[in-house]
Amino acid sequence: MRVLVTGLGTFWGSRLAQELEARRDVEVVVGVDTIEPMLPLERTEFVRTDSSHSILQRIVQATQVDTILHTHLVVDSTKLSGRAMHEINVIGTMNLLAAAGAADSPVRKIVVKSSTLVYGSNYQDPYFFREETPRTRGPQTGIERTLLESESFVRDFAEDNPHVLVTVLRFSNVLGDHMTTPFAHALRLPAAPELLGFDPRLQFVHEDDVVNALMYTTTHDAAGIYNVAGDGIVTWSEVCRIMGRPRVPLPPVLANLAVEPLRALRLVDLPPEMLALLRYGRGVDNSRFKRTGFRYKYTTAGTVDAFARSLRLQRAVGSGGPEYRYERDVETFFRHSPAVVRGRR
Amino acid sequence: MSDQWDQQAPTVHLRDSDDLHVEAPPQSTDLVPVPQPEGEDDSLVRRGDVDAWGRSERLREVARMIYDPMYRHWFRAEWEGLEHIPREGGALLVANHAAAIPSDAPTIMHGIETELQRPVYGLAENLLRAIPMLGTIWSRVGGVPAHPDNAYRLLHDDHQLVLVFPEGTKGTGKLYRDRYKLNRFGRGGFVEIAMRAGVPVVPIAVVGAEESMPMVWKSPRLAKLLNVPYVPVTANMLLFGPAGLFLYLPAKFKLRVLPPVEFDVPPDQERYSRSRVMDEAEHIRERIQHALFDMLRARRSVWAG
Repeated sequence: MRVLVTGLGTFWGSRLAQELEARRDVEVVVGVDTIEPMLPLERTEFVRTDSSHSILQRIVQATQVDTILHTHLVVDSTKLSGRAMHEINVIGTMNLLAAAGAADSPVRKIVVKSSTLVYGSNYQDPYFFREETPRTRGPQTGIERTLLESESFVRDFAEDNPHVLVTVLRFSNVLGDHMTTPFAHALRLPAAPELLGFDPRLQFVHEDDVVNALMYTTTHDAAGIYNVAGDGIVTWSEVCRIMGRPRVPLPPVLANLAVEPLRALRLVDLPPEMLALLRYGRGVDNSRFKRTGFRYKYTTAGTVDAFARSLRLQRAVGSGGPEYRYERDVETFFRHSPAVVRGRR
Repeated sequence: MSDQWDQQAPTVHLRDSDDLHVEAPPQSTDLVPVPQPEGEDDSLVRRGDVDAWGRSERLREVARMIYDPMYRHWFRAEWEGLEHIPREGGALLVANHAAAIPSDAPTIMHGIETELQRPVYGLAENLLRAIPMLGTIWSRVGGVPAHPDNAYRLLHDDHQLVLVFPEGTKGTGKLYRDRYKLNRFGRGGFVEIAMRAGVPVVPIAVVGAEESMPMVWKSPRLAKLLNVPYVPVTANMLLFGPAGLFLYLPAKFKLRVLPPVEFDVPPDQERYSRSRVMDEAEHIRERIQHALFDMLRARRSVWAG
């Protein structure tokens, strides 16, 4: 297997590259991003580039990759401007798929890391979205719009290229030791925000299960769209109890205005899609992915509990060790210098 | 790809077959070892009793305790034909709907739950969910938003009893002078769901709800302005003032369960014949209407039954 990983500079990209490196049947791992890898990598070839079509197509052709792991979809709108998000999610995906769909493309499998944000969160929603259940109203936020648009590109691609196995994984809210999602951020605060009078049903998926799910679909053949969320449901109040966090109520009317001062003071950034979740929550039906044979390590409640444990440890001993920093010369030396004895271990 | 690349790329170590055991590189997760709970049972980590449908057994117990005296002594609910409700397996309960704040839903749910020891999932107007506090409490004590996916999942996957009012807010929003005249049964969506889930429809005729909170006047303009189905003025408000918002009149409740309607169609079809669905819906509506008139003929007093 020869694999191209997008978003190598994100946690997911680096983490997936690590997993791929550990597999014997993966001959080559190529990673692209505009920023450097986040985690130490051994044999992944990092190409620093923006996702322009011509460069991506050259990379695909030159490396003859047969599998593309598209982890580079932004799902946290607090980290980037709307414009940057559009550029990465919509334009990036479009260029990548155009490169993968070229006439003599070697690509036979594409795995896309999407989000259950594509279902939205609304009072008319069903309690468990199935993969084919339509949204109950149009996208309300920029992030939802870009994700829906990139998923529609993927759908078109799958239709036009029946010889390519296309998998879309829609991940629920992620918690884990390394991720800073809006939920993780809110739960690190001394008191967690809630909307007065609302106690939504939520689902979570553990970081490790995200990596496992992406690896599972890379190594198994499972075409189609799949929801990925830990078993079970927890309410927001229960999440806060598991985390041992008190709750501060925000007014349920004009909540978007009410959180504006908090954002300005840089206390907490609650994007509109998170506020919608704190109001109506979201549940998805995760049975289709389980039917492919995938087994979760964590349930929804187990994910929250694991996150609580890792926070307690971090509070006791500080975050684990120095951060990794990518240095080009060092990496080049270890990868390509004849002085390094490889395959030792 | 050139040979030079091939040699320099660190893929070379893949080819020596002696050491087949590949150790994962030390990953950052190893820095923070997390004991991993087993997937199946998370009773140890749970800190609440809200189930997947948003219900809390503790709150339901409290609600039952509060509501039971009302059910027994205020409405003095009386059932006939309870044997028509299946003791196991999914079934869609369909009833007529009345009272500005519907009193029939809790009566039916509480009645079946205490008489038959089977939980009933009441599907109700989604808009309830948008109301702070009320929406949450409603969902904790057993209400579920009326989405076809929810109904199907409850009936087909979970084999539960589901209660729907096909008239919807048209039933509760009607004036007192239109009492016991059934409105259109939606677009027959409830029949389609029952067909798809492969369960019978059990019609229930309810007498008493209409008189428990009769609506004497409503303001369509205000309702439109507030974006709610109706803004009522009820007899209760006129009699008791603001307390009339919640205080029901002690009308005698009589509930008659009619024989189940089975549909002889294969379940899980993409689509069902529209005319068949409409026919069945209309047929069920007529049976409930007929039963209502029959019960009203026998009723001597609104308050004493």
